[in-house]
Amino acid sequence: MLVYGLINSAVLALMALGFNLTFGISGVANFAYGAIYVVSGFLTWALINNLGLPYALSAVLTIVIIGVFGGLIYKFIIRRIRGLVISEVIATFGISIVILEFLRYIGFIGFKYSLPVFINGSVEILGTFVDIQRLFIIGFVIFLIAALYLFTHYTKVGLAFRGIAQEEHTSLSLGINPDRIAGWSMGMGSALGAFAALVILPLGTITVDSGYDVLISALSVCIVGGLGSTFGVIIASFIIGYAQTITATYVSAHWTMIVSLVAILIILAIRPSGLLGHQKELEERV
Amino acid sequence: MKENYRKERIARSIKARSDDIYALTSYREMWYLLFPRFIPIVGIAIVSYFLPLYWKKVAITTCIFAMLAVSWDFLSNCGLLSLGQALFFGIGSYTAGGLNHYLHLPIYVTIPVATVMGGFISTMILLPVVRLRGIYFAMVTLILPLMLMRLVEATKILGGTEGITGLSPFPNVWFEITLILAAMWASLFGLRRFIASDYGLIFVSMRDNDRATMASGINIYAFKAQALFIGSSICAFCGAFMTHSYQFTGMPVFAMEFSILPIAAAAIGGIGTLAGPLVGAMILVPLSEVLREFGTLRIVFYGLILVICVVALPEGIFHYASRKYNEMERWVKIE
Repeated sequence: MLVYGLINSAVLALMALGFNLTFGISGVANFAYGAIYVVSGFLTWALINNLGLPYALSAVLTIVIIGVFGGLIYKFIIRRIRGLVISEVIATFGISIVILEFLRYIGFIGFKYSLPVFINGSVEILGTFVDIQRLFIIGFVIFLIAALYLFTHYTKVGLAFRGIAQEEHTSLSLGINPDRIAGWSMGMGSALGAFAALVILPLGTITVDSGYDVLISALSVCIVGGLGSTFGVIIASFIIGYAQTITATYVSAHWTMIVSLVAILIILAIRPSGLLGHQKELEERV
Repeated sequence: MKENYRKERIARSIKARSDDIYALTSYREMWYLLFPRFIPIVGIAIVSYFLPLYWKKVAITTCIFAMLAVSWDFLSNCGLLSLGQALFFGIGSYTAGGLNHYLHLPIYVTIPVATVMGGFISTMILLPVVRLRGIYFAMVTLILPLMLMRLVEATKILGGTEGITGLSPFPNVWFEITLILAAMWASLFGLRRFIASDYGLIFVSMRDNDRATMASGINIYAFKAQALFIGSSICAFCGAFMTHSYQFTGMPVFAMEFSILPIAAAAIGGIGTLAGPLVGAMILVPLSEVLREFGTLRIVFYGLILVICVVALPEGIFHYASRKYNEMERWVKIE
């Protein structure tokens, strides 16, 4: 259970990172995130099975395509309504519904839609057998977090990300184009979503409904951890991940989704800005 | 030199004269005011009473969605951006269904009780998060109906996945239509008058600038709770009504459609006008009935409408129509 809790937490963290990146930097709550996650699963599946590309190539292609797709969504839709909270939410939510329900309509339902695992097999850790794929998830989360940290601290685009997150107008006066950088952040957030899909989806089948689940998980982790704070996301995913695993083991698997809601409610009651949300905290939320 | 023109827009003189109801001096002015209100009321009533039975049901559904849309717009007018009208709708529906099924209460008890109770329960559920603004509130309302659906599935209370069937129906379809039409117009005009009153001003000010409202010594959380109660009661009424109309309640009442269609209707009709969402629903629901054969593709269609309307036509039909009705345009030369 300890091990599965860890894996569950890693899955949650992976799901939330992309959403968190976009939101923390451009302030756009990407409600289409779950849809992007599902689309990347199906896209990889189609690349492998319909075009016959090797797995590695199609994975890379998917991440790139989805990243560009996210950037395009920003450029053509969100840029026009940026700053209008209601419109942003409605538009991204609309995009999400268009994508997910369209996928449902053209009939991507069934067990045949599953991605191959990287390496088959399982190992024994602390007395439980764990698929290697699940270990990969933990590895990838650590890798991603490290990569994100390096990216945002040592590259030009990464520094610009942090710049517009802190103070958009000042960064504009320093020659950073907030629109372009926000587009980049949206693209990268989407690419992270695609990445998460590639790593997590081999564990099960790709279903349209998981789009909504992913969105909910990402949202709850981000709310609990404090939106825009990567470290908060990690802590929150550990809390929710373990709480879910414990509930699934001792109560019933049906109740796991309730756990996130309860976590949100408790956090909002105690610390409305989330565990580690310090950036523009109260002003924005309450 | 090339002559340049600009479009000038000024209020019609009749609009200026009839703006204040006490100064009406002619039938023409009275008609100017009554026309946009009277014609839809009478028109929709006539149309819905004389339709064939199947389309009568469609008219009822239209009215239900129109009310959901009006209530969504009211909440968004109060600064509460809800992505989960299905929550309120579902709670009203389950309350009415439960009261009718387990306590065998007659229909004229269940609907009023479900309206008030549904509003109360929804407000209580959302009370901890009423402090949240904008996106955060939207996130929680998006999550809640999906969670409640899971809860019903997990605990198998209230009929579980099968739902509750065999509830008492309305005495006849005429009664049904009259009730829903009355409720729809009452909620629309009631809310319009409410928003225009001094008391309603506080609600609108919460959306415009909640900081300033707080600084004026107003407890905005109490007012937001009131707004939630009003908005969710309307939705709960719709839920209760729908339950008895279909004689069924179950997990589909938390479906995404009840959340997304009202928003789409508001986006088409014009957000912030209350009447606009009603117009939007009057267009969307019959249209989606025509498109029924496309199945789930309809929801794709709503989503597309949402994105297009929000991005390209942020004004909406109602703003456009009222501008044409109240103002005249002319080209004037730029000097």
